[in-house]
Amino acid sequence: MRIGAVKRGYTALLKISGLGSDLIGPIDLEVATGTCIAVRGPSGSGKSLFLRAVADLDPNDGVVVLDDEDRGAMLAYEWRRHVALVPAESGWWGDLVAEHFTSGNDPGAFLEAVGLVEALDWQVARLSTGERQRLAIARALCNRPRVLLLDEPTAALDQAATGVVEDLIAAQCRAGVSVVMITHDPAQAARLASRTYLMDAGRLRPSERVS
Amino acid sequence: MTGYIPLSVLDLVLASVFLVLNAGFSLALRLGLERQLLIAALRMIVQLLMVGLLLKAAFAIASPWVTLGIAAVMVAFAGREIHARQERQLRGAWGYGVGATSMIVAGALVTIFALTSQIQPSPWWTPQFALPLFGMILGNTMTGVSLGLDTLHTAVSRERTAIEAQLMLGHTFRQSIAPVMRRALRSGFTPIINAMAATGVVSLPGMMTGQILSGVDPQQAVKYQLLIMFLIGGATGLGVLGAVFASAWRLTDPRHRLRLDRLRKQEA
Repeated sequence: MRIGAVKRGYTALLKISGLGSDLIGPIDLEVATGTCIAVRGPSGSGKSLFLRAVADLDPNDGVVVLDDEDRGAMLAYEWRRHVALVPAESGWWGDLVAEHFTSGNDPGAFLEAVGLVEALDWQVARLSTGERQRLAIARALCNRPRVLLLDEPTAALDQAATGVVEDLIAAQCRAGVSVVMITHDPAQAARLASRTYLMDAGRLRPSERVS
Repeated sequence: MTGYIPLSVLDLVLASVFLVLNAGFSLALRLGLERQLLIAALRMIVQLLMVGLLLKAAFAIASPWVTLGIAAVMVAFAGREIHARQERQLRGAWGYGVGATSMIVAGALVTIFALTSQIQPSPWWTPQFALPLFGMILGNTMTGVSLGLDTLHTAVSRERTAIEAQLMLGHTFRQSIAPVMRRALRSGFTPIINAMAATGVVSLPGMMTGQILSGVDPQQAVKYQLLIMFLIGGATGLGVLGAVFASAWRLTDPRHRLRLDRLRKQEA
């Protein structure tokens, strides 16, 4: 079964077919250039495992193609620079925020976009959960990925910060980045995503068309 | 040079008086250590008496195969000890294999090197020299390897999100795990570095003390001790490096993933 066939006239940037592991799949999905799709579903249904499988962080089967380039033909770390995963709980390994922005690209614009332009000198240990979440998105964007995989990107944010992050996601889509976003908020899915899917027991199926 | 003074059984019984006193304190203060003290002391007595008999027989037979057989038994016990001392172990044969192989390669290499180029007994495998030397090198390498592996496996499990965050940003596995590996290597090297730094100032090493008590000239005893410390330090370093790198290699795959599914937590 082919899920989410792309509308005529769109270029399918990310094509996933038969993606699966011990716990999820097989999953077929196509995501067009510059579109955002939302994935909803109960906790434990396999949403995060699905994003991890696309980023190739767990052993998995299936074919994933980015702009006609097969994932298996790319070095894993190059793949992850193009397909950036921002998990629900971000990881930090240095003491200062600046130590996590080492991709070579200027993080200024992305830090400004998440409203944390002064954060480079801050101590990671003193960041709030929301600040961590926004900085993790800015950090991933520094690699200028073509696909963004976001796992509940605004779960820890207040209303104002949620608006900031949603604006950023919309801007990324306008710039041609494809976004796959896990969210529990139907209203957020309606605001940002062109399509919504439901994850149920490791299988993905289309939900209502949002726009 | 006065030669060594033979010890009687009564001397040994007298020497154990303070240990018995400690057990008495443990009873009086309800520390609950008396049983452990007693069992550890009894184990030591039995093990040392048996090893004494075994070594005496091995020296008398003087066969390379008997020497090799005893060395193999020592390796088997040390490998098991490395495995048991890790809170999280690699699954399957890797769990025993990584630590034991690193220890054997490093221990055997350094021991054979010392026997053939420095001590040079004839034949080079003479059990009187080969077995105690191998035992000392093996014991210290075992400690270093088990500490290094335990630190590595505990750290990768606890710091999974930090390591994977780096992988998600397009870092290689080697870059992502480098800080954890450095910590594991430091942990494995620490005992031997501390031992070398403290030797002669804080403590007189057991082997050197034993030689001096046996009537050997202190300067000769010091030379032997230096030789042993160099060998132990070298073998421990090689063993720890080998084990930590091999285990890190096992904890990833060609797609630069962190494979924590290849670790299991030891049941308490």
